[in-house]
Amino acid sequence: MTTAAPVRRRPGGMTHEDVIAGVGAAGLAVVVTAVAFLLTPLAGSFGFVLTAYVLFLALLTIDSRRRLGGVIATDRVASVLVGTCGAVALAALGLILWYVIDRGVPGLHRGFFTKTLDSVGPLDPATDGGAGHAIVGTLEQVGLAALISTPLGILTAVYLSELRGRIAPIIRFFVDSMSGIPSIVAGLFIYTLWVVQLHKGFSGLAAAMALAVLMLPTVARAAEEMLALVPGGLRESALALGSPHWRSVTRIVLPTARSGLATAAILGVARVAGETAPLLMTAFGNDSLNADPTKGAQSSLSLFAYQRIRNALPSEIERGWAAALVLILVVLALFTLARLVAATRKAR
Amino acid sequence: MVSALADAPVAPSPERRDLHDTPTVGDRVFRTVVTGAAWSVLVVLGLIGTFLSLQAWPALHDAGRHFFTVFEWDPDGTGRFGIAAVLAGTVTIALLALVLALPVSLGTALFINEYAPKRLYGALTMLIDLLAAIPSLIFGMWGLTYLQPHLEGTSRWLSDHVGFVPIFSTNRPVFGSSMFVCGLVVALMIVPIITSVTREVLSQAPRATCEAALALGGSRWGMIRRVLLPYGRSGIVGASMLGLGRALGETIAIALILSFNYRITAHVLEPGGGSIAGLIANSFPEAGDAGRHALVAAGLALFVLTLAVNTVARIVVRRSAPSRQVVL
Repeated sequence: MTTAAPVRRRPGGMTHEDVIAGVGAAGLAVVVTAVAFLLTPLAGSFGFVLTAYVLFLALLTIDSRRRLGGVIATDRVASVLVGTCGAVALAALGLILWYVIDRGVPGLHRGFFTKTLDSVGPLDPATDGGAGHAIVGTLEQVGLAALISTPLGILTAVYLSELRGRIAPIIRFFVDSMSGIPSIVAGLFIYTLWVVQLHKGFSGLAAAMALAVLMLPTVARAAEEMLALVPGGLRESALALGSPHWRSVTRIVLPTARSGLATAAILGVARVAGETAPLLMTAFGNDSLNADPTKGAQSSLSLFAYQRIRNALPSEIERGWAAALVLILVVLALFTLARLVAATRKAR
Repeated sequence: MVSALADAPVAPSPERRDLHDTPTVGDRVFRTVVTGAAWSVLVVLGLIGTFLSLQAWPALHDAGRHFFTVFEWDPDGTGRFGIAAVLAGTVTIALLALVLALPVSLGTALFINEYAPKRLYGALTMLIDLLAAIPSLIFGMWGLTYLQPHLEGTSRWLSDHVGFVPIFSTNRPVFGSSMFVCGLVVALMIVPIITSVTREVLSQAPRATCEAALALGGSRWGMIRRVLLPYGRSGIVGASMLGLGRALGETIAIALILSFNYRITAHVLEPGGGSIAGLIANSFPEAGDAGRHALVAAGLALFVLTLAVNTVARIVVRRSAPSRQVVL
């Protein structure tokens, strides 16, 4: 570096030198690791990546320290580490989605959505039979759960944000606590209450109630957020015009937050659509169609996938992955829908 | 007008009205309905405790204090059962998951808030939310068939070269179906919640202080280390505890991956270990009457444990970020 006039640098920016140093360090790290892996008994792709990464960090530190000093060297290394963390989280997401698609597509066929496992023997190929009964089960259970917990969740949100009663902080606290209940505990709860104490037996309705317990806090908190976005002036003008509180809420506040409330409900559905654990002790699972949610064991997509994947037969495992693919597509679709509905609110 | 005001006190006319809130019939109904709905949360939580206790009572009565000391689980056969081993396994897996997830989550939160270009902000938060939306069943299936074979080499290497650290030592060279694989899968599942709560807490750090640190010549990392992290410390602790609560209750992924045995072991790379939630999911379908009572008792223990961890976590998070409520 010349000493005449200090070169202007953007604090966060990278100079050409930095880019060359970074690429050089990365290339050198990979080459050295490759040579080391060829010459020594070291092996394995994970080990390779890890060794090359550590080497890269070391080279980067040495270079930055020499050129730019300790403070900037630490900053550089920290940036790389932080970026790596973000990349790891995103890579995990991509890897899971890719793997489910890769394994699930071969098992999908038209009959998968209509047929059941009634007449399927262990030697039949994966293209025989289907998850029609499980899809019916999922639709009924999740639909009923939404019917139970959406009104309850929105009313709870109205209490928290409109009525603001004395116990509002307590309710809010317990809604948060409730969102941390393990899903299997919700299943056991409905099992003890509905299946055992009230002698109702396993059914889709029991499953729906367990799912509703899990859905309620998600809907309530999301809906509360959405109601908080309604401008206070709207409420006040309704009250100032002489409308009673209930009318200002039902005619002004709720319609204004309509799309937000829809988002809350969809988020709740997405949260429980893939639940498996609570269904084991409420819906129990069934290989044939049971369209009546009030009586008798029922299957669901998640239970179907869970029970198939635990099987040793390749055809069963293939069916399980096909169900997993359908399940993840449903969750993705719900997720996208929630975003779209929320986006229309912003657009207005 | 002016003179009338000056001649105070004047008898108020028309008659003075109290600003009493006399709700109409409609408002009274409205308040009752809404308050009732709000109470339903408390009622449901109470009912969960009550009915689990009722159904767990026969099993707890039989087992007595052995419930917390016995290492077996055979309520239908010998009648000896206790959660000592599975409780230890639950805590081991959850702590393992937390140790693996915390740095990644913290890094991801800092990356999204401080490093990534602002126009990617929405996309990145959406992708992290998406990771949270993936059902635990999918994580379990992926962990079982993809991650587990890929981790075998790593597990072997850890056991061969770092085996002097007690948790990495193994008795026999068999890897997989282990608490290590479970811990890693559960870690991925709790990354989103720790990330989003941490992000929320850190975004409330006073921006002026951050900019002052930069203006004084601090590097970005210096600002993070000296301003952001000290500010968000208790929030990060709370976020970790929320993640821990989730990890303790994780069921299906563990039920799929882990091969259960009823011993307390620190050899996390070996097959074997236990988890309360996984035990319930695995044993419930085949359990007899006594077995189901015992499983409900185990569920009650899990409920109390996760509720306690979550409650403390919420208090810590709320204290750290009182200005806005942290959702999730």
